[in-house]
Amino acid sequence: MTTPLHLAVALDGAGWHPAAWREEGARPRDLFSARHWAALVAEAERGLLDFVTIEDALGPQSTAPDGPDGRTDRVRGRFDAVLLAARVAPLTSRIGIVPTATTTHTEPFHVAIGIATLDHVSGGRAGWRAQVSGRRAEAAHFGRRDFPVLDPEHLDDRHVGDLFEEAADAVEVARRLWDSWEDDAEIRDVATGRFIDRDRLHYIDFSGRWFTVKGPSITPRSPQGQPVVTALAHARVPYEFAARSADVVYVTPHDREEARRIVEEVRAIPRDGAPLKIFADLVVILGADAAEAAERGARLDEVAGAELTSDAAIFTGSAGELADLLLDWQRAGIQGYRLRPAAVPYDLERITREVTAVLRGRGAFRAAYEAGTLRGLLGLPRPVSRYEEATTS
Amino acid sequence: MTTSTDALPRKRVHLAAHFPGVNNTTVWADPRSGSQIDFASFVHLARTAERGRFDFFFLAEGLRLRELKGRIHDLDVVGRPESLTVLAALAAVTGRLGLAGTVNATFNEPYELARRLATLDHLSEGRAAWNVVTSSDAFTGENFRRGGYLDRADRYTRAAEFVRVSRELWDSWAPGDLVADQESGHFVRHGDVGAVRHDGPHFTVEGHFNVPRAPQGHPVIIQAGDSDEGREFAASTADVIFSRHGTLEEGRAFYTDVKRRLSRYGRERHELKIMPAATFALGDTDEEAAEHAAEIRRLQVSPQTAIAFLEQIWGRDMSAYDPDGPLPDVEPEQEGGVSQGRVQVADRAAVAAKWRAVAEEKNLTIRQLVIEMTGRQSFVGSPATVARRIDEFVQADAADGFILVPHLTPGGLDDFVDRVVPLLQERGVFRADYEGTTLRDHLGLAVPRSLPEAAPAATSGDAPRLVPEAVPTAVPAAVPAAVPEGES
Repeated sequence: MTTPLHLAVALDGAGWHPAAWREEGARPRDLFSARHWAALVAEAERGLLDFVTIEDALGPQSTAPDGPDGRTDRVRGRFDAVLLAARVAPLTSRIGIVPTATTTHTEPFHVAIGIATLDHVSGGRAGWRAQVSGRRAEAAHFGRRDFPVLDPEHLDDRHVGDLFEEAADAVEVARRLWDSWEDDAEIRDVATGRFIDRDRLHYIDFSGRWFTVKGPSITPRSPQGQPVVTALAHARVPYEFAARSADVVYVTPHDREEARRIVEEVRAIPRDGAPLKIFADLVVILGADAAEAAERGARLDEVAGAELTSDAAIFTGSAGELADLLLDWQRAGIQGYRLRPAAVPYDLERITREVTAVLRGRGAFRAAYEAGTLRGLLGLPRPVSRYEEATTS
Repeated sequence: MTTSTDALPRKRVHLAAHFPGVNNTTVWADPRSGSQIDFASFVHLARTAERGRFDFFFLAEGLRLRELKGRIHDLDVVGRPESLTVLAALAAVTGRLGLAGTVNATFNEPYELARRLATLDHLSEGRAAWNVVTSSDAFTGENFRRGGYLDRADRYTRAAEFVRVSRELWDSWAPGDLVADQESGHFVRHGDVGAVRHDGPHFTVEGHFNVPRAPQGHPVIIQAGDSDEGREFAASTADVIFSRHGTLEEGRAFYTDVKRRLSRYGRERHELKIMPAATFALGDTDEEAAEHAAEIRRLQVSPQTAIAFLEQIWGRDMSAYDPDGPLPDVEPEQEGGVSQGRVQVADRAAVAAKWRAVAEEKNLTIRQLVIEMTGRQSFVGSPATVARRIDEFVQADAADGFILVPHLTPGGLDDFVDRVVPLLQERGVFRADYEGTTLRDHLGLAVPRSLPEAAPAATSGDAPRLVPEAVPTAVPAAVPAAVPEGES
């Protein structure tokens, strides 16, 4: 008996290898068209994946840790991910769509109603990858806060702690707003002339160090009640943020032992509610066999002029070998994967057509979508509004 | 048709569809009333508008639920999506229709909003529009980091600077900056694309924008506001004015005044479209339409809604009075108020006196009085009558077209599109099919030139005091109900 794995893909530009846009079939001008993204998400849905994530940031991509790098040979520019997610949602029907939205500099109220709206337009398939923005260069786009230059070698613990504390507050505000309309708040009672029962709408009265938000939301409760909150985490502070605030965490182990150690560490953090789903991120370079995959990787590196590096482990090999690895790390407690295709559509199609087939053959992946919402696909129940619980208990 | 304007080329009518809002214009007690939040409702109305070859679809915004007597107002339709997110989804199910969202400049930052609008323009292949509104309202501000504690003058200059920074951001990628040439290996034309440096009284934005130049260059800018400063802002900056309807004479006066202001900014008359909000009621005959209009009015003003209207004008609790009884002999409160998230009634005593005079003269109950005094439909008649009236307004320079506000979700535009649009097309004043692909094409607006060389001069931020304003709430007596809701 194998527990089925959850599989997601992370979409970004032409793929996660910096030379991906130069691959044959990449059509790089289409990166700024809806059809490019619609085709990728449709492919992911054909592969029965749980969800796609869409990357975003409040500044251009850069090889420098903070600020522009002046390069002209790499993909620069991105769409707002929440809008992009909404644009592809009506063209799909089962797959979850999880855009990135930043918690720093943005208004939690706007982010919350944007994700709730995505849940409405997708019929319950919305998620949110909550991300912080610690860069000085991005802060300068807003001109409200002065951040130190981000140096990954010498992180300022207080700055990082603040960013994640603010992110936790932003998620808390969103979750309260999503619950601020009870499911049956709309009554349309002609006899009394009342459209809503205002006793089933709730002020959230959030007050924190970074903002206060009164509520209620302007958007009625969405199909999932609570859209799925996810976060990428590489270290203790973001693990704590994920344990406190998220439904799914993406971690970046480089081998099975590290996966086991991270799972233990994350599981040891106190948490309310359903257990956190732990996914591992992997950059994947695939081929018909190991040799072909290695050849592709080498060719991409050569075009890029440098060997690929990543925060996540980089897998190079065949679909069967990747399936072996995914099942191996599963034994360390990893419940799903967010695969970052090195180049699209090639690596995406190897995932949706081959990796899924191999896993299915081993009883570790679905043969059909078993639920209509993202929470359903992840095995998460639809929660009752916290305010409803409070009034009925 | 024999009119005096036959000899002149006839102006083309522009039409937009307003998604029914969260005020009592929207009737929910009708069995045909559907969901105000299901995406299917948005799809229905947008596709109907596109079938009717409308210029654009329009969404209002209100960022705090309205309150009456310290409690959430429960008598009207309430609850709506985030504007730009639902418009992005609609871009997937429409092909030509413009997509206009109201987004408050007070509770956003230019970098983020400009990139969302540029994204929407890309995702719709050039169909995005932004209705710029502002707020000085601390009540709404309680949902936001910044709060709403700007004084009136500041809020106006802030909005003007907001639009200015947005345009600098949209211009920061020149048309040829996205190269994406696989052969040469250049993705962008140079290493500093998107560079922006703005230092003004309200915004300091320094760095690099991360969305390539949008198909329309700049999304279409819509502005709603009627004050002198509002008109000046529109004349300098906007592509469309979302104005009040009023009478033919009022419309002509407004039109003449605003178009006259354009020359100060080196703009031509056709570069700013004036599109008042308008409601309508149709019937097979004019008599039937009048009956239909009266029935709609009755549904819009329930007994409870009648009392709520009265309380807003009188500024006090009136719940003890019978809506089907006479107007009570009490005076309005001079200070304070009972409503939040609406424009307040300016002079209660004068408005109340006027209402009392009408009630006495016509011997009306409270509910009959409210029906009499609020929200008469802009166009009532057979399809032929309504088509003729719309054409007359446009040919008489009282408007360039209308933003139609249906009273039903989602089918409230069906009859108009099926029965009135063909008549406007027969009259030769409305397009038989889309002639272009972008909203600028539909509105006859040129794509703005990218002016990177002009950018340094445009970054000082010391703009003239130009004044955008929100559309006022549908407050009785102060504004006809044709005016949409809640932006404050």
